[in-house]
Amino acid sequence: MAEMTYREALRSTLVEEMDRDPRVLLLGEDIGVYQGTFRVTEGLLERYGPKRVIDTPISELGFIGAAIGMALLGLRPVVEVMTWNFSLPAADQILQNAAKVRYFSGGQVSVPLVIRGPNGAGVQLSAQHSQSLESFYGHFPGLRVVTPATPADAKGLLRTALRGQDPVIFLEHAALYGVKGPVPEGDYTVPFGKAAVVRPGRHVTVVAYSRMLHLALAAADELVREGVECEVLDLRSLRPLDMDTVAESVRRTHRAVVVQEQWPLFGAAAEVAAGIYERCFDELDAPVERVTGADVPAPYARNLEKLTFPDEERIAQAVRRVLQ
Amino acid sequence: MQHLQPVTVPVDTLLEWYRTLVFCRRFEEQTERSFRRGKIGGYLHVAIGQEAVPLGFLSTTRPDDVFFVSYRDHVHTLVRGTDPGAVMAELYGKLGGTCKGKGGSMHLFDVARGNYGGYGIVGGHIPLAVGAAYALRYQGTDRVCLCFFGDGAMNSGALHEAANLAGLWGREGMCPVVFVVENNRYGMGTSVERASAVPELARRFDAYDIPNERCDGMDVVTVYEVARRVVDQVRRTGRPYAVETLTYRFSGHGAADLFQPYRDKQEVERWRQRDPILLLEKRLREAGVLDDRTAQEVASWADRRVQEAVAFAEASPEPPPEELYRDVYGS
Repeated sequence: MAEMTYREALRSTLVEEMDRDPRVLLLGEDIGVYQGTFRVTEGLLERYGPKRVIDTPISELGFIGAAIGMALLGLRPVVEVMTWNFSLPAADQILQNAAKVRYFSGGQVSVPLVIRGPNGAGVQLSAQHSQSLESFYGHFPGLRVVTPATPADAKGLLRTALRGQDPVIFLEHAALYGVKGPVPEGDYTVPFGKAAVVRPGRHVTVVAYSRMLHLALAAADELVREGVECEVLDLRSLRPLDMDTVAESVRRTHRAVVVQEQWPLFGAAAEVAAGIYERCFDELDAPVERVTGADVPAPYARNLEKLTFPDEERIAQAVRRVLQ
Repeated sequence: MQHLQPVTVPVDTLLEWYRTLVFCRRFEEQTERSFRRGKIGGYLHVAIGQEAVPLGFLSTTRPDDVFFVSYRDHVHTLVRGTDPGAVMAELYGKLGGTCKGKGGSMHLFDVARGNYGGYGIVGGHIPLAVGAAYALRYQGTDRVCLCFFGDGAMNSGALHEAANLAGLWGREGMCPVVFVVENNRYGMGTSVERASAVPELARRFDAYDIPNERCDGMDVVTVYEVARRVVDQVRRTGRPYAVETLTYRFSGHGAADLFQPYRDKQEVERWRQRDPILLLEKRLREAGVLDDRTAQEVASWADRRVQEAVAFAEASPEPPPEELYRDVYGS
């Protein structure tokens, strides 16, 4: 296994798939000459030329719509959104066209489109640039929504996305691009809808995804000192959602904490908690706890921002509560 | 009545177009009746009065060219050769419809014939057409993409962002798209003058360095002549072009637009003098290839064909419950 960063995992997958499949092309703001805001597309313009690495104007509605049109005609466009905050002007294209056109055409067309970029909170970016949109996109049938937390999953999920037939909302996290980890060599793929048991344990199931996985693992490390063994699950993909793996774990631990960075109402944690109640109600020894972001637009001031997003301590406290 | 351009199209073709126009008109009138009888649900937007635009443009394209259209999409689909029974069945929500009854009036598709669909959000399909055009060149073909939309879409961000991309990509010969503005004077009930700061819609494409022109959208021969020149040029150059066709819908915006308080009867009557069927009929009568008897035969043939389409739609089964969860995902 090679050791590489999350960023390198993404970039090398793009290169491997572009070398393999001439239908794959990239579009986005400043992905070419500028080399990408997070440098995921570094060197790709030089390698593939401007017809396959298209620097777009700041015009998400236009170029995401155009990418859907390319996909309809058989190409495999990969759109980089500089951050997912900027996907909202294109929400009509993603939700009304990409997600639904296969269905309302009676299955006559496919939209093999990947839209990727950083989702979630930054550091002191304030309200318009710090938010998590997974439950927003996860609400819509027709989309796939994946949230890799590790370099290996970044590679494996991106490859699956690039070889599928559906529009994929590929949610990276800005805080993860520099994270290093082992990545299997070769044609490595991770299937959608398969959660990973990242850390086995027997006292409580902690469900997380994306950056929250790393906080959950840190909290689990901390709790060992108190004699608590957490089983930490990484959902990896939210649509499809692997409730089987979650339920299987909860049936063993009888307790669950679900962690998300986004706002509490109608969030992924609510969906997972409901799924646990539906499948494991009689096996629960305590109510499911949710750890979420605060129900406010993200503030700028650092002290307020720290109160806004989950941290290891809040996860640990939730675990202690379900164990009481 | 405006003087008609000299005919440069073979008279047999004109006669064929006449049959097509009459048939499309009868088809649309039938959909309105079926809607009133509760056979067709949802929204229904007919193109009565606007038929010359899709017919003129799509008559210039090759079978491997593609097009995108707004929700007013029945005539585009019919003139492209999709079976009228399948179109009617789609409107009836039946399994034999173009989309197995899952799209309805606003979402007719026939990808085998290059029909990449009707779309229900004003302007929302225009970026798709620009990307499709890019794909056609990327794949090394000389196919072109036509994008039909109404005057209402001219004020949407989707149009302007897509037009800017088309202008940019067209510089490299990578965007063979024809923007066909079907200016029927009203975006629902709001006139172009009340909606567009620059009511000459063609001219707005100047902002994106896209060559453009305005043309009569009621005389199918005029539409065809313009379309042929424009489509050839776009195919040759890979650069976009915009044509604003001046047309008119005699029916309401949709089936619910009964009283039409935004226009008066005199205006509709004036435009009826330039009904595309009437104009073509005049040409054919002057050429001596159409008399009352032939006109009657065409009408009877069109009615029969419409009734066959209705019979097919009536007989077609509803989509079975297992269709509900099909076609959401491909993999």
